[in-house]
Amino acid sequence: MDALVEQFFNLEIMAKALPLVLKGLGITLLICAVVIPLGLAGGLLAALGSVSRNRALRWISIGFVDVFRALPPLVLLIFIYAGLPFAGLSLSPFVAVIIGFFLNNSAYFAEILRAGLLSVPKGQIEAARSTGLGRAQTLIWVTLPQAVRNVLPDLLSNVVEVVKLTSLASVVSLGEMLHAAGLVRSITYNASPLVLAAGLYLVLLWPLIRVIGRFERRITH
Amino acid sequence: MMLSPDLPGASSGVALSIENLHKSFGTEPVLKGLDLAVGRSEMVFVLGPSGSGKSTMLRCCNRLEEPDSGEIFIEGDRLTGPGVDLNKIRQRIGMVFQSFNLYPHLNALGNVTLALRQVQKMPRAQAEAAGLDALDRVGLSARARHYPAQLSGGQQQRVAIARALALKPSVMLFDEPTSALDPELVGDVLDVMRDMKAQGMTMLVVSHEMKFARDAADRVIFMDHGRIVETGPPEQIFGNPQEDRTRAFLSRFHG
Repeated sequence: MDALVEQFFNLEIMAKALPLVLKGLGITLLICAVVIPLGLAGGLLAALGSVSRNRALRWISIGFVDVFRALPPLVLLIFIYAGLPFAGLSLSPFVAVIIGFFLNNSAYFAEILRAGLLSVPKGQIEAARSTGLGRAQTLIWVTLPQAVRNVLPDLLSNVVEVVKLTSLASVVSLGEMLHAAGLVRSITYNASPLVLAAGLYLVLLWPLIRVIGRFERRITH
Repeated sequence: MMLSPDLPGASSGVALSIENLHKSFGTEPVLKGLDLAVGRSEMVFVLGPSGSGKSTMLRCCNRLEEPDSGEIFIEGDRLTGPGVDLNKIRQRIGMVFQSFNLYPHLNALGNVTLALRQVQKMPRAQAEAAGLDALDRVGLSARARHYPAQLSGGQQQRVAIARALALKPSVMLFDEPTSALDPELVGDVLDVMRDMKAQGMTMLVVSHEMKFARDAADRVIFMDHGRIVETGPPEQIFGNPQEDRTRAFLSRFHG
């Protein structure tokens, strides 16, 4: 028991690791702040494409979503960071992470938003068009608000996944939170920094998870 | 057959005219050369068995359904063909749906003012005043801040009517407006329609409310298999129908 506490819950080592882990947390949050809005925007475009009446656009969008949902994000990230230089394109770890997560995330957000768009009854669109709203106005004011509301728990769940996904950035040596914690662990031969990082993930994500639970209850009732 | 605009009940001029309208779904012809003229302030009721093309005809009148051929005019302005500013002309044609189709994420006033704000670009205060006025006409200004889920079916349909009325249309199309309502809620909606007629609104109504048709309609049309079989004043259609198919259809309702 003492060994467990010593190895995983060593407050002294946690205190030493804290500055570096907090710096990692900052990078984690920065990745999220860039990737989540980009992913939502890319996902919305792909979702609109996948329900478009234009066949070519539909196929391109569905193909994009299928490919990037199937590709493991780790492989994608390594390919972008370590593979593309052979094609003459060298990217910094940060840019590689942003591009990789953007592609992965767009595909997931697209699939959720597509389900949302399809959940809005056709009569809503007909009512809007019958009062003179154009296609884009109908989307912005009638379809999209209902679509987003119908899939809000799924969108937020995906945000939680994105935050955890950022830990993959450590494979390209980007110093996000888990990378920082791992670094301290390899120096001290003690796993406590990882527990510290896990605790910070929990503090970060728990409120979001509570909110999702609340939305889900509201929708089922 | 081109109907004369000088029909009983028409005060002056033609508000809506349909000429040789054809529409198929796949290989299935639904409308087979339909002609109809609705006079200003006239209330025309369309009866017919399901699948006769009533709703399709109505939906062609604002091009929610695209006609295969034929022409449609609103107060002399062509609605069909390329180059028509649909979003503009649709504001002159109000439509009321069987399933109300209110926007669930907006309250009653929000439903009524959306097109005023976004299409007509009215400032908020002016749109809200016009919206409250429209809600008042259907007796629901006190429910302006209620969401559709907080309203009864009859109230929802009246809000939907107000949403169309707020745009000050020349013609109102009703697609089975009371079919989705509990019987005790039908009367309120029909009362609103009666008021609209009294104020001179031109109305084309697809409905099975025979009793209402009998005492409110200026003219009744019986459709079957994509054609108009018989047209006449309600006394004729209900009292002394000239066509066998009309008689057979109505006998099923009279028992």
